[in-house]
Amino acid sequence: MAKDNVNEFRLIGTRPDRPDGLDKVTGRARYGADISAANMLHAAVVRSPHAHARIVKIDATKALALDGVKAVVTRADFPTGLTGEDWNLQENTIAGDVALYDGHAVAAIAATSALLAKDAAKLIDVEYELLPHVTDVDKAMAPDAPIIRQGAADASVPEGLHPNVVKYIEFGHGDVDDGFAKADLVMERHYKTEAAHQGYIEPHACLGQLGEDGKGDMWVCTQGHWYIRRMCAAVLGLEGSQLRVTPSEIGGGFGGKTTIFMEPLALALSRKAGGRPVKLVMSRSEVLRATGPTASASMDVKLGMTKDGMLTAGKANFRMQGGAFPGSPVDFALYCGFASYQIPALFHQGYDVIANRPKCAAYRAPGAPMGAFAVESLLDEMCAELGLDPLDVRLKNASVEGSKSSYGPKFGSIGLVETLEAAKAHPNMLAPLGPNQGRGIATGYWFNHGGDTSVSAALSEDGTLQVSVGTPDIGGSRASIALMAAETMGIPYENVRVNIVETGALGVNEPTHGSRATFASGKATVEAVQGIIKEMCRRVASEWDIDPEAVTWVDGSAQPAGPNAGKFPPMSIAEIAGKMSETGGPIAGHCETVPEGVGASFGTHVVDVEVDPETGYTKILRYVVVQDAGRAIHPAYVEGQYQGGAVQGIGWALNEEYIYDDMGRLQNPIFLDYRVPVASDLPMIDTVIVEVPNPGHPYGVRGVGETGIAPPLPAIANAVAAATGERFYHLPITPVKIVAALNARNDS
Amino acid sequence: MSKIHVTTTVNNEVVEFLADPRETLLDCLRDRLDLTGTKEGCGTGDCGACSVTVDGTLVCSCLVLGVEAEGAKIETIENMAQDGALHPLQRKFIEHAALQCGFCTPGILVAAKALLDKTPDPTETEVRYWLAGNLCRCTGYDKIIRAVMDAAAEMRGAA
Repeated sequence: MAKDNVNEFRLIGTRPDRPDGLDKVTGRARYGADISAANMLHAAVVRSPHAHARIVKIDATKALALDGVKAVVTRADFPTGLTGEDWNLQENTIAGDVALYDGHAVAAIAATSALLAKDAAKLIDVEYELLPHVTDVDKAMAPDAPIIRQGAADASVPEGLHPNVVKYIEFGHGDVDDGFAKADLVMERHYKTEAAHQGYIEPHACLGQLGEDGKGDMWVCTQGHWYIRRMCAAVLGLEGSQLRVTPSEIGGGFGGKTTIFMEPLALALSRKAGGRPVKLVMSRSEVLRATGPTASASMDVKLGMTKDGMLTAGKANFRMQGGAFPGSPVDFALYCGFASYQIPALFHQGYDVIANRPKCAAYRAPGAPMGAFAVESLLDEMCAELGLDPLDVRLKNASVEGSKSSYGPKFGSIGLVETLEAAKAHPNMLAPLGPNQGRGIATGYWFNHGGDTSVSAALSEDGTLQVSVGTPDIGGSRASIALMAAETMGIPYENVRVNIVETGALGVNEPTHGSRATFASGKATVEAVQGIIKEMCRRVASEWDIDPEAVTWVDGSAQPAGPNAGKFPPMSIAEIAGKMSETGGPIAGHCETVPEGVGASFGTHVVDVEVDPETGYTKILRYVVVQDAGRAIHPAYVEGQYQGGAVQGIGWALNEEYIYDDMGRLQNPIFLDYRVPVASDLPMIDTVIVEVPNPGHPYGVRGVGETGIAPPLPAIANAVAAATGERFYHLPITPVKIVAALNARNDS
Repeated sequence: MSKIHVTTTVNNEVVEFLADPRETLLDCLRDRLDLTGTKEGCGTGDCGACSVTVDGTLVCSCLVLGVEAEGAKIETIENMAQDGALHPLQRKFIEHAALQCGFCTPGILVAAKALLDKTPDPTETEVRYWLAGNLCRCTGYDKIIRAVMDAAAEMRGAA
């Protein structure tokens, strides 16, 4: 029942206050570290100071001798025999024979206070034998690179490659050589991006309790508590249903809180300490050293273009290291790289490489920003070479509904052309540019994910509605879900309360990831509410003694469907709810699904920068994000996703990077040195919400959360190139690099 | 290490607690007084999530020792709404959707209030530089800046 082309909704598209707003402006909202329990212990983690080292001995005698120290766990306290990703998760939670990166956990301790736990952790004596290490992706693939782990590669890796290459992917279509032969200009360039951290302001925190009977509870800040349950159960050898996981409010995630890092340690310590609850809160440096940054990338891209701007062929060869385990997003980087364009011939190759760095986690559109940086930078350089307008060239080649995507399937309904047209019409495109100023544009793409989804909705005795969902609210999804529920039910927004409920209360839910909360939980909410409406109509039909089909639901009340149904005054939801006890009992609806009909989202960004030739400082003068939302349920929070994504991309393009010394130790594990954008770095971020409804969602929703981080990397590189005449192929484009490039030009 | 008895005034109430000399004011507010509205994002004074005022001065409470609170007058996010009414900044943050995850919000509100208390008519640039010590990773700051400017206008009677 798609409502395409219906623009007059009662509530969809309005901007009411979010239901959890009051708690979050008063300090009452409870995040991960805000939760405590009676008789609670505090934990601290001992981490490897070495990039790669054999663990010879762990001696906790001195620590355990302290009054108030209740338990120490090492890998010996965890079950053996795990395989595949379960083994990876266990190994990353706590090192086995070898510490694989600076920050890798090797032991954990629980004590009666946080200070005591930290003091005691220092008394745990760990003897290491240093091993050669490698942190750079290209060096990790080189023939003489130290082998991080034999046998980590899967069957996709061709023979002859270094054991650190753990996955290989190739795909494409058309005759690439023929395509390049038809081009007037063929250009190939090498690009690099550095690892960036999601940078959520809330460090990981949890409170775990586990008894000898294998029954446990966990309170944790997470994007997905069923994932926490499944992963903790696997790592600890528990039965999943015996572990109940309750999500706290979450202080940002961006993909980084879709997995476990230290949660099993809290549970293992609790079990060893006689079932006392154990609280474990990471410091910022632990977050940066040991939780998921994204991958670093080394990429070669080749494109062919005719002199009138038609793309004829493309080749991409991407290498990414995602830390000491398989799982870099090299596949998605390749899927997204050329996705904006219809290119007759394409060939993609990707290498997933392990290195002595923390296990990467998802970061907002994983892989897409790197792919976009390489492809959109090259496209821009070629447009400049041929004297073509970069926006017009993108329009000429743009993917449209029905065109074959670069990664295979045909696109359904998409709105790339609409975003390009809207960008072209934006007043920023006409703003005059002065000396040292330049304009950059770029597009970006990300998918939308369905995933396991379970929602229940229940009518209260007063006719209001409670909706229980399993996708934590990170950016206003309670508001969007309440809007869809109220719109469907025909009741005021304020009459809906959306609760994020624990693992015991619903079927399995995937996390708030893949831009799916408003799409998937929203779609399931609409179905659950429709179930309630159907039941209410049935009960009213019974009271009126007519067929259920003869009752229809209009504006929040049951009415006879037509003149033949009989003459009855409308029966309101409050009236129906008030007597539900007598008409058959509680009224509830639910929906368990893997929703289909996902709606992918394209975006186009335009940025103006000014580069100070003396200091190399890049100032963002103007920025506009244009993106297809399908339909914006709560436009303010859609704008928020656009703005937040753009600014994370700006940080990645200009400032943020993981810096390792020659011993493989992270040199910038605090916010002073890992510098995310601050308010004074930025102008207002303008937004244009394009709405090409997704026919797969009852209100036309697409996933909007992730796309916005992809275009800023190339858009800024393109703008800096326009401003300085120098092109930068290696992010971040720091002042140091800019000054060096300008000085080199002046010297020559 | 033996603990030190501290008497201080937090949100207009006289309170006492025992502090390890190494504990920060942030630790004491959160763990001794259960005032968990003040957040720890970094522990190194870089993110501003732990912003409170001590004797009217805006500080990162992670950079102040708990024992330094002796005899001081401290205000936290929990005291911002008065007599059941939200401060205009709190209302405007909700109205402008100036928070997504909300974790940085208490610190930003406390910092913004400290700005408006002495600069009722700030420029956008002044707001941006004043809040440069408060990291927000979700919003890109746009709606935060708008909310602060709008609250300032309302408080001046200009809105």
